[in-house]
Amino acid sequence: MTAIDLEVQLLAIVVAVTCALPGVFLVLRRMALMSDAISHSILLGIVLAFFVVEDLTHPFLVVAAAATGVLTVALVEALYRSRRVKEDAAIALVFPALFSIAVILIARHAGGVHLDVDAVILGEIAFAPFRRWEVAGFDLGPRSLYLMLAILLVNVGFLLLFYKEMKISTFDPALAAALGFSPVLLHYAFMSLVSVTAVGAFDAVGSILVVALMVAPPAAAYLCTDRLPRVLALSAGFGALSAVIGFWGAWAMDASIAGSMASAAGVVFLLAFLLAPDRGLVPQARRRSRQKVEFAVRMLLIHLLNHEGGPKAREESQVVHLEEHLRWQPEFAERVVRSAEKKGFVGRKRGEELRLTDPGRHLARRTMLS
Amino acid sequence: MRDRGPNGGDGEPRAAIEVNDLTVAYRDQPVLWDIDLTVPPGVLMAIVGPNGAGKTTLIKAILGLVKPAAGHVLVFGRPYLEQRSLVAYVPQRGSVDWDFPTSVLDVVMMGRYGALGWIRRPGREERERALNALDMVDLTDLADRQISQLSGGQQQRVFLARALVQDASIYLMDEPFQGVDAKTERAIVEVLTRLKDGGHTVVCVHHALQTVPEYFDWAAILNVRRIASGPVGEVFTEDNLRLAYGGRLPFLRSGTEG
Repeated sequence: MTAIDLEVQLLAIVVAVTCALPGVFLVLRRMALMSDAISHSILLGIVLAFFVVEDLTHPFLVVAAAATGVLTVALVEALYRSRRVKEDAAIALVFPALFSIAVILIARHAGGVHLDVDAVILGEIAFAPFRRWEVAGFDLGPRSLYLMLAILLVNVGFLLLFYKEMKISTFDPALAAALGFSPVLLHYAFMSLVSVTAVGAFDAVGSILVVALMVAPPAAAYLCTDRLPRVLALSAGFGALSAVIGFWGAWAMDASIAGSMASAAGVVFLLAFLLAPDRGLVPQARRRSRQKVEFAVRMLLIHLLNHEGGPKAREESQVVHLEEHLRWQPEFAERVVRSAEKKGFVGRKRGEELRLTDPGRHLARRTMLS
Repeated sequence: MRDRGPNGGDGEPRAAIEVNDLTVAYRDQPVLWDIDLTVPPGVLMAIVGPNGAGKTTLIKAILGLVKPAAGHVLVFGRPYLEQRSLVAYVPQRGSVDWDFPTSVLDVVMMGRYGALGWIRRPGREERERALNALDMVDLTDLADRQISQLSGGQQQRVFLARALVQDASIYLMDEPFQGVDAKTERAIVEVLTRLKDGGHTVVCVHHALQTVPEYFDWAAILNVRRIASGPVGEVFTEDNLRLAYGGRLPFLRSGTEG
């Protein structure tokens, strides 16, 4: 791993974590798509600011881009509040408009500089190390790494300071307002943060993939835990993991780093979706099948109890008999009987005949009473 | 601190809430028309009226959450903004996302956020108070429970506990009995009665007319306009209810005095 690789990898991790933190509140506030809108429309701010300062690394670009992001939010909300369009349509109307103006401006006036459409869409994280930050002849490392670290610091600072305010205004905006925590103020402060984050990430991974980094890690984290601090921590962790997997995946496949990172974020989400302890599909299916067996065990015990001592007790207690009488598939019947035996509710007599044990009889009676 | 308590500085009891000429409209559609309403301190009051009568809007207007087209609201003689700390609010249970990743205790502690102000985090004291409030609504066992695992009645009691930790003089509750079982309903009534006995003012949007005379001592009957308000015995009459509900009068007890 060369020094350049290391720098790119580090930048990728910082970008992913920076996106994953505000992403948690985007997801909780059901505003995931807003990140897509912002990440596209900020381009207009960048282009317009570039025309003014004619320098692609000027900090004014970040300010202008963030302002466009906030403008996007305001426009979407104004449209939505007019009650003439729904919120998703409002998002889909606003950002393509701003984005397309930016694309036209680039094509007509900025073709000569390296502000080109490909870089806008996919980012250029691999080239980040070529733009260095030098102070008095000392090379301090890639500029974008410092920019991203600064944004990360702002995000962490904001969320630490206003954690309580963000929590209450996300969970119960009406109470937040009644208690004097202006949800509108918090909303716009937060959306400014998302915009600044999008500007930073935009440079590295492009406008399309920012949304993947802002939404996939928090969505995965949300499935894995049910406490907000842990959702935030896990989200950051999943973001970093996606960056590492993505970077090495791109290296192995000789593919775009940004694309590979976004895919990795998708894979991390998919794994959480399938395997998350409580809410994942696989543990849930397992739990359901276990409950099915538990229920069947009780049915079996009640069945045995009903016929215990009766004239047909022997016949009804045959394992083979369960298949036709309780309409169980042979494998399922076998599974239920094994489970009941393991828990000591039944014993077998002469191989195939089942008998209730005391605990089994007790459970059957209790089940029938409840 | 003068004029901030239930009793004004001059020793005369002031209205806990005074609504003057309040009109609220969504677009050009009036939701509340010229409401005048006085809530004396220390009452346990029901706000009743048919769907769309503006009951929730009235609560929200008192809290400054909706902007009136005309009129104003005073809380112990001053605007709500200056009296925030005296008012606790229980929104409708369905108004929040119960899948939010947080615990019962955390939600109850939110009631202290107003007293904490910006940035300061809840600490041990807030925790203690929240646990006390959970004890009052009989939910101590569920303090660490994820909120999505609660039943409707438990959710309602969590909201009640959250209002209790606010340590307010006035409690505004939007349908605290909505979707709860009979046992929870009794438990909530008990807490409300205890608040009233402690000199607090409690105002509830309420749906079940038949329980109004039993639970409340004061009532306001609303249908966009104020039909009547005052002691339950005086205003909770068939005539008034008929004015509010029209012909579709649900559950009116034959014994209601008129």
